[in-house]
Amino acid sequence: MTGTARRRRAGGRSRIPALLLVPAGLALGFLAVPLAGLLARTPWGSLGAELATPRVLEALRLSLVCSLGAVAVSLLVGVPLAFVLARVDFPGRNLVRALTTLSMVLPPVVGGVALLLAFGRRGLLGRWLDQAFGITLPFTTAGAILAEAFVAMPFLVISTEAGLRAMDRRFEDAAATLGAGRWTILRRVTLPLIAPSLGAGVALCWARALGEFGATITFAGNLPGVTQTMPLAVYIALETDLEAAIALSLVLLVVSLAVLVALRDRWFPTA
Amino acid sequence: MLRSWIRSAVVLLVVAMLAAACGNDDEPSGGSSTSTEIKVFAAASLTAAFNELGPQFTAANGGTKVTFNFAGSQALATQIQQGAPADVFASADTTNMDKVKDLVGTPQVFASNQLQIVVEKGNPKGVKGLDDLASGDLKVVLAAPEVPAGRYAQQALDQAGITVKPVSQEDNVKAVVTKVSLGEADAGIVYTTDVTAGGDTVDGVDIPADQNVTATYPIATVKASSNQAKAQAFMDLVLSSQGQQVLESYGFLPPPTS
Repeated sequence: MTGTARRRRAGGRSRIPALLLVPAGLALGFLAVPLAGLLARTPWGSLGAELATPRVLEALRLSLVCSLGAVAVSLLVGVPLAFVLARVDFPGRNLVRALTTLSMVLPPVVGGVALLLAFGRRGLLGRWLDQAFGITLPFTTAGAILAEAFVAMPFLVISTEAGLRAMDRRFEDAAATLGAGRWTILRRVTLPLIAPSLGAGVALCWARALGEFGATITFAGNLPGVTQTMPLAVYIALETDLEAAIALSLVLLVVSLAVLVALRDRWFPTA
Repeated sequence: MLRSWIRSAVVLLVVAMLAAACGNDDEPSGGSSTSTEIKVFAAASLTAAFNELGPQFTAANGGTKVTFNFAGSQALATQIQQGAPADVFASADTTNMDKVKDLVGTPQVFASNQLQIVVEKGNPKGVKGLDDLASGDLKVVLAAPEVPAGRYAQQALDQAGITVKPVSQEDNVKAVVTKVSLGEADAGIVYTTDVTAGGDTVDGVDIPADQNVTATYPIATVKASSNQAKAQAFMDLVLSSQGQQVLESYGFLPPPTS
């Protein structure tokens, strides 16, 4: 986003004081050493066996379902919200924007409690959902998706809004003077132009959803095959079977890394 | 620009360190030398009882503070195995104490506990016993099988020949009570003491003796502790009649006599 833009502008030629390399190296080490610790303790010999257990496969499948579901929910309602925030001038817009991003800084466990009080069986809306439709969200996969979307959606909204604000609106004006309707402009001009921001938003949103723990275990509970996603499985396994927990963590690490690498050239162009 | 950047980083660091120091340092200013502190890792079900014992210990031991780390016993055992700085470990079962037996002194059983069915206040679903939990209409929450309370609950259900499909396996016993008191779940199986601690929000349904399971709570000092004397003193307090009274007031039973 802004970081990449700045880096691009600065280009590869800019020199930095050599002294900065020391704290920079510390930062890199700080971020990388824990990963090395994980790799050092990985039971490589039994890794295959650890990962082939139904419990791990179930958690992996569930994590994919829930995180992709959370991204879908975010795309469906979060992107339109970004459009409203970027393009519609209305009183209290800053307040709405703050509300939108609140769940990014809120401790996820607090988010989970809030979700319970809103969508739980006795919650503000949940009570009505239960009585009118017999729908209860806690302890269901839908609940886990909801918890992940609650935490991850702001990443998509912010990224998309930034893209909308940064794009050159003259292309839209040109399309309009050529007689294109609003939907056509949105589809043929705006969305293609903000595709990089949208893509980055989706990647961040998905990564956040995949790693979600606190809101999920608080709101959706922990049941293998229903709400026990990978991070929950890691946490529970950590308490009894460290090797299984490490193996699970490694999978999360590899999946996240693979996504970042795959998306890098496409969505985070460097220089 | 550069200077202000470094300066603000340093200011933030100092503030963080001061805040950390304040947090550790809330004893009255009278305490002259650096008074010691012990860390007690205790099963989540002991939360209320040990929180009451803490100040009593501090008062009787010249201001030595006690910091508690309450969690599922299985989590605490893992933490101790990974070198967490514990002085005392109080587990809700012997299994998790056995897991760390090379790292702790000789454990002593200091209390026992039984299981109860926790239901919402007033028991709106009319739960009478374990049999009712098998009906699909009730949303039942159990502690995860890795958690002592979850294993005991499974033992009780197995003894009674009942199969329950929980909607969630919580990672500690207190979370089970929370889910019931919030009304998300209709029933759960927890310790009697958790129902007592749940106060006004929940009720307990007794499980008959022939279906019930007795949980025994062992306590031990941690060998790696740098303060063996104080650790032992805390263990002694828990085993003393004073400690036993506090535990009893929270619904714990004395150690099984066998």
